[in-house]
Amino acid sequence: MIALAYWVQSLLRVLGGTVAVLLPAGTIVYLFLFKMMSFMQSRLGPMEAGPYGSLQLFAEVGKWLQKEDIAPERADKRIFRIAPLLVLVSTFLLVAVVPFGPDAYFTNFDAGVFYMLAVSSVSTLGILIAGWSSANKYSLLGGLRAAGQLIAYELPMVLSVLGVVIQAGTMNLQSIVMQQNAGSIFGWDGIGNPFILTQFVGFLIFMISVQAELTQTPFDMPIAESELVSGYMTEYSGFRFLIFFIAEFATAGVFALIASVLFLGGWGIPFSWFGWDSVGSIDNWMNVGGPLIMVTKMVVLSGIIMWVRFSYPRMREDQLQRFAWKVLVPLSLLNIMATAILKVVF
Amino acid sequence: MLLASDVVVAQNVGFGIIAAVMVIFALRVVSSSNVVHAALSLVMVMAGAAALYVLLAAEFVAVTQVLVYIGAVMVLFLFGVMLTRAKLGKEGDLNNKNWGVGIPVAILLLGVMVYALGDGWGRTKIDATGGSVVSTTAISDLIFSPYILPFWGLSFVLLAAVIGAIVLARKD
Repeated sequence: MIALAYWVQSLLRVLGGTVAVLLPAGTIVYLFLFKMMSFMQSRLGPMEAGPYGSLQLFAEVGKWLQKEDIAPERADKRIFRIAPLLVLVSTFLLVAVVPFGPDAYFTNFDAGVFYMLAVSSVSTLGILIAGWSSANKYSLLGGLRAAGQLIAYELPMVLSVLGVVIQAGTMNLQSIVMQQNAGSIFGWDGIGNPFILTQFVGFLIFMISVQAELTQTPFDMPIAESELVSGYMTEYSGFRFLIFFIAEFATAGVFALIASVLFLGGWGIPFSWFGWDSVGSIDNWMNVGGPLIMVTKMVVLSGIIMWVRFSYPRMREDQLQRFAWKVLVPLSLLNIMATAILKVVF
Repeated sequence: MLLASDVVVAQNVGFGIIAAVMVIFALRVVSSSNVVHAALSLVMVMAGAAALYVLLAAEFVAVTQVLVYIGAVMVLFLFGVMLTRAKLGKEGDLNNKNWGVGIPVAILLLGVMVYALGDGWGRTKIDATGGSVVSTTAISDLIFSPYILPFWGLSFVLLAAVIGAIVLARKD
C-alpha cells in the first residue's frame, strides 16, 4: 500500500474529479453527437480538424472561450451568471460518490445512493433560475417546463433505485458493487449476479428517468428549439453556454456510470474468476482495470441514451407528465413491492 | 473543566463560518426586495443547515436536508413563485404590516428551545469527531420499531393533506 500525504490525496481527488467529469463529456460529444448522429443522417460529420475530425472538440471549446460574455440588458445579472455554475457543481458533486475501483474512489460512505439522488436535484435549481433571470419569456417557459419535468421524473428514479437498495440491503455504492460481483445465480458464480437480471424493470425505469432528467429527446420539451428557441439557454453565449453544454453531457456520462454501478456490476469482474472472496483479497491492478471497465460500460450506456435521442420524436408536454405519473410511478412502486416480497421469501 | 485538548479547532472554525453565512442569508430572506432573491437566500440557509449536519457527522440527515428542502421544497417554491409573480428588479411593499408580532414569537421559540436542549442534555458531551457515527441502518431500526406509531401518524397526516390539496384544487 502506498501512503499519501493529505494534500497529495486532495490534489489527486480534485484532478480525478475533473477528469471524471470532462472525459465522459468529451467522449460522448465526439463519439455520439459528432459522429454517430452524422452517420445516422448519412453524412460524415467533422472531418477537417485532426485525423477523422478528432480535434474538432478543441476547436469548438476555443471558439466558445473567445466569445464575449454577454448578459441581456434587463437580466438579473448576478443570478444570470451564477446559474450555469450551479448546474455544473451538481455534476461535480455527483461524480464524487462513484466508485472506480477497490481503492479508487473519491468518497465511500453509507448513504451513497441517497446522496446521489439528492445532489442530482440541485441542478433543477440552476435551470430554474437560469430561465427566470434571463428576462426572456422563452427562457422562463423553458425553465418552468424543465423544472416540472425534472420534479416529475425524479420520483420514478428514486423509486426504481430503491429496488436495488432492497436487494443489496445497503445504500453504499461500493458494497453494491461487491455484492453483484461476489454473488451467484442459484450457486453458479460464472458472471456474479448483476442486478440487471433481477431488477430489469428498475433498470428500464431508471434509464427512462435519466433520459428525462437530462432533457434529451424524446423528453426535450424544455429546450424545444422549434417553439422556444433554446429554452432556458436562449440568452447564454460564450463560456457560460459552454458550461451548460459540458454539464449536459458530463451528467449523461456520470448517470451512465451510476447506472453501471447500480445494475451492471460497476468496476468489478466476477470475483470467482480470480478466487477473490473479500475486499482485502482483491488484487491491486483492479485500481487501474476498474476505471477502464467503468469507462467501457459508460460508453455503452451513454451510447444507448444518445441512440434513443437521435431516433425518437419529441413528446408533448401533457404526454410527458402523464407518462411519468401514471405509468412510471405505479410501475416502480410495483417493482418495490415485488422485490420486497421476494427478498423475504428467499 | 474544559481542556485545550478537548477543543476541536477545525470544527469550531467551520461552525463559525457556516453560522455566519446562515445568519447573513437569513436576514437577507426577510429584508430582500425581490421574492426570488429571498427564496435563493433561503436556499443558502438550508444548505448551511445541511453543512452543519455534516459537521456533526450526521451524513444521513444532511443528505435528507438537501434532498427534501433544496431539491424538492425550494424548487417547488420557486416554481410556484415564477408561475404567478416573479418580477425582475425591486418590488416595493413585500413586508407584511404585522411583522412586529414575529419578534416576541421568535424570542419565545428561542427560549423554549434553549430550555428544552439545556434540560435534556445539560453538560453531556456528544462525540462529534466521527467516532460515534450513527449508521443509516440504526436510524431506520429506530424509526420502524420504537417510533413506528408516530411515523404512521405522520404518514397519515401527510396523506390526508395530499388528498385535501387535490380536492381543493380540482374544479370538476
